[in-house]
Amino acid sequence: MSVFETFLNGKVFIDTLPLLLRGLRITIGLGAAAILLGAAGGLLLALLRLYAPAPVRFLTISYINVFRAIPLLVLLIVIYYALPFVGLRLTSFTSATVALSLVSAAYCAEILRAGIEGVPRGQSEAARALGLSPIRQMTDVILPQAIKLVIPPLTSNAINVMKDTSLASVVAMPDLLKQATQAQALAANPTPLISAALIYIVLLLPLVSLVGVAEIRLARRTR
Amino acid sequence: MAPIINMLGVRKTYGTFKALDGIDLNVEEGEVVVVIGPSGSGKSTLIRCINQLETHQSGTIRVHGLDAGRRGDLVRIRTEAGMVFQNFNLFPHMSVLRNVALAPVRVRGLSWTEANDRARKLLIRVGLGAQIDKFPNQLSGGQQQRVGIARALAMEPKILLFDEPTSALDPEMVGEVLDVIQQLARTGVTLVIVTHEMGFARRVADRVVFMDAGRIVEVGPPKAIFDAPQDPRLQTFLKSILAS
Repeated sequence: MSVFETFLNGKVFIDTLPLLLRGLRITIGLGAAAILLGAAGGLLLALLRLYAPAPVRFLTISYINVFRAIPLLVLLIVIYYALPFVGLRLTSFTSATVALSLVSAAYCAEILRAGIEGVPRGQSEAARALGLSPIRQMTDVILPQAIKLVIPPLTSNAINVMKDTSLASVVAMPDLLKQATQAQALAANPTPLISAALIYIVLLLPLVSLVGVAEIRLARRTR
Repeated sequence: MAPIINMLGVRKTYGTFKALDGIDLNVEEGEVVVVIGPSGSGKSTLIRCINQLETHQSGTIRVHGLDAGRRGDLVRIRTEAGMVFQNFNLFPHMSVLRNVALAPVRVRGLSWTEANDRARKLLIRVGLGAQIDKFPNQLSGGQQQRVGIARALAMEPKILLFDEPTSALDPEMVGEVLDVIQQLARTGVTLVIVTHEMGFARRVADRVVFMDAGRIVEVGPPKAIFDAPQDPRLQTFLKSILAS
């Protein structure tokens, strides 16, 4: 058997592709859900971290630190295998979404905080002097500028979330990686694994290069 | 009639530094008051306390009968007192028109159509009718500051606060901004202006306030302040300005 027949076997590839694509759909669904929930949670945390009264601010900082410190795989296993002991039984999809979102929110919070703090002071002064309400100051003036500043790190975080969805295969989630390992066992050939790796790369490469371009453009503009 | 701005015993410290050390000042409706003084004398702090961009630690500030120290009153004070900043502080992600129309929509509840109409008229009035669809970074400093003035005017404020409006401008652009402010001085709106432009102060001020080390040292009509200064600190200050 040649190397090609082993690692890129055409017949195995075609036979297992439907399975992989089903897994890909779940990977994308999980990634998208976690990215959106994480961003929303991150925004809330960032605002609490910056503007809430001291006790809430302290709690928020603790949350952010704890969820940046805990390994995602550990959190995922705790949620999926430990919570049922206290009567909370989540499906593998829900467990994975919750774990990814909780961690992503902590990272997003720090990114967004940096963005908000990166908007010049004069902007909020002008918004306040005009009599805009605190919410309007945020939505009209601060956030549009802050988010623009942190598009590259936010995209990097989204890429990480998308990659980390593969960890969900350990809680029996039929995502792309899980389907690939099963298909490999079924076909007794590693081609599905190689295919899965290529699919991950094809999925994320555009985002990775987007970050690069965005960073260059941002650097040019702020210079 | 009660003064439109009334400051009584206003103090503010940063650590041990006394930024404002017992300020008593009344400004009448329609009056043009120019505040002068050396850097660090507290002029900017004073004007920024009026709309509470800086909070004072003791004393009272009343604007149009409203207490600046009370949260509920503060929002109304800010809608009645527009501010123009040294660094313009235009919103860079919005067109010039949107910069001017935003607050009337969000705070006064105008429709976008009404606010855009108002903004367009104001921009024409400050000589920027051709720039309304541009973004702030496409304008010169002088043009940006005129947008800043139009933005403040769009709220139809009773008071305009100018915090060193020409200090960040190239010399050739100072005149166009001062001209706009001078036109405003004739419209009956109350102006409080912090500036280093002494010729301008002499031309437009009803009263000039000289500050040093967080206190108001001398107050008077421009003629008295510039031609017959009493306090030695004011005399030194004017001499140093003329020498430069």
